[in-house]
Amino acid sequence: MRQKIPGLLLVLLWASLCLALPAKQVPVTAQPVLAAIAPTPGVKAFDTPNDAGNAITVAWQASPDEAQGLVEGYEVLRSESTDGAFSKVGYVPYGFTSFDDQEVPKNASDYYYQVKTVGRGTAAFTLSIISNPAQSKEQWFNTMRINALISCILFTLIVVIFITRAKRGQSLFIRRIAGLAAVEEAVGRATEMGRPILYVPGLSSIADVATIAALNILGQVAKKAAEYDTPLLVPNRDPVVFTVAQEIVKSAYAEVGRPDAYNHDSVFYLTDSQMGFASGVDGIMTREKPATNFFLGMFWAESLILAETGAETGAIQIAGTDAVNQLPFFITACDYTLIGEELYAASAYLSREPMLLGTMKGQDWSKAIIVLLMLIGLATALIAPGTRDFILKILKVG
Amino acid sequence: MKRQIPLIIVLTLGIAFFIQFFIPSQVSTNIYQTTLQWEIVISAFAIVLAIGSLINHHMLKVKRRKPHWWNSIVTLIAMVVMALLGILGRAKGMGSLGNLYRTLFLYVQAPMDSAMFSILAFYMASAAYRAFRARSQEAALLLISGFIIMLGVVPFGSLIWSKIPDIAEWIMMVPNMAAKRGILFGVGLGMTATSLKIVLGIERSWLGGGGK
Repeated sequence: MRQKIPGLLLVLLWASLCLALPAKQVPVTAQPVLAAIAPTPGVKAFDTPNDAGNAITVAWQASPDEAQGLVEGYEVLRSESTDGAFSKVGYVPYGFTSFDDQEVPKNASDYYYQVKTVGRGTAAFTLSIISNPAQSKEQWFNTMRINALISCILFTLIVVIFITRAKRGQSLFIRRIAGLAAVEEAVGRATEMGRPILYVPGLSSIADVATIAALNILGQVAKKAAEYDTPLLVPNRDPVVFTVAQEIVKSAYAEVGRPDAYNHDSVFYLTDSQMGFASGVDGIMTREKPATNFFLGMFWAESLILAETGAETGAIQIAGTDAVNQLPFFITACDYTLIGEELYAASAYLSREPMLLGTMKGQDWSKAIIVLLMLIGLATALIAPGTRDFILKILKVG
Repeated sequence: MKRQIPLIIVLTLGIAFFIQFFIPSQVSTNIYQTTLQWEIVISAFAIVLAIGSLINHHMLKVKRRKPHWWNSIVTLIAMVVMALLGILGRAKGMGSLGNLYRTLFLYVQAPMDSAMFSILAFYMASAAYRAFRARSQEAALLLISGFIIMLGVVPFGSLIWSKIPDIAEWIMMVPNMAAKRGILFGVGLGMTATSLKIVLGIERSWLGGGGK
């Protein structure tokens, strides 16, 4: 027992010394762990391309230890000088080898970067070498959009060629579109039955091209309704669309010489609520029993609710949308459906104006060019698989 | 002149924002953001007109004692009550009105919206019945592919045959996706053509008067 007491005292003394020691000793023991992770090679910084001039991109190569699963991620550090203090500006997990520092002022001083490789499951880290200096600058042309610019110019040229041909009197063949050919019949049916026509120009805002296309068709339908003296009901969800629709219908009545027949209350605002609007239109269909329903423009989940209610009331229904997910519902529940681009073709088809028909022809030829380019791209990628990335790169819009 | 001014505005802004799309600079981005804010301001003015239309529409119904005119009274009362509660509820010392507004929204309007949305399930069933009647070759094909997809997305499908989910996925990712993309190509070109027609003043129906 006497022999054990000095040993026990020694252990207690050693333990108390360990607890009493200041934190200064920690780096001494941590140093070998820090050196265990390899730093990221090839750190470089450069102005982020095609931006407003408030970002610098830092890129590096993955730490050789990343493959062994020893790396948790990378911290990106920034300083205004090589010997200044570096502060953390971002973090990316392993697998990423670049970071956009979007908090740098435009045309400011040079910035230097370091990448801190953070070890997985430990406090270990290691610092890379300091990058080259980089400065953010704003650009005045987005080079990633050259392909879009070329396509737009090409498309405009094709359209202009066909408009010129149409102006010269060249006849342009347009295939029959059943849904549009039925517009006259649908309006006539409502007249014969003495019931109103319901026209819903979608639920989207005026910023949606589908809404504009729907409003273009509304002008044609309103003219026919005015000619036949058939009541027209146009409920709206968007306030701006409502004001435009009101003006279109009013002008259509005036154009066919029936301004007195225009009913100011025929174009009205219902509600902004999606399902509230669907409920309101359903109510109109069940109460007023319109003979013809037009659902043209942008629709979401309410498409089937509207179309099924209309089908139950026995109305002839013409729908059209570019919302691909809603098309099956309209095809199922409506008599005629304008699929995608047919909605945009409606105005030209109904008015038969040469200039508008010319744009339609331009569209068709552009589509043919796209199909041709797709076939060429497909064939090239199959023959030379190495070109696949190049093809994808030239098609990408940034 | 009434028509020329809007056409000039559309042409100028159309070209300006076409160019803006290709310029990433701060000035260009700021102009774009400011224009978006203008759109919100203009929409706010339109809301006043829309509310006017709503009141007028329902007042006429009540005055003329049109069928179900009492629904219009409910609409008008609901609109006035909700507007008052919403405005007064924000004032100091009127917290109880604000709470009532929230209560009405959460326990009256939201359930009504949900109820309307839930009807979709029943309409889907009736629409599916109509769509899946094998009256033609195309309808039969739709029926078969729809049946496979429905089996493929439920565990029962893989119990029947382990390949069914793979076939369902193939139908969705190959023929279905190809058709969707075909439509989207047309939609993209149609959008561009419509925009071009409006910017160049070829399409003028939006001005009123059906395109002339």
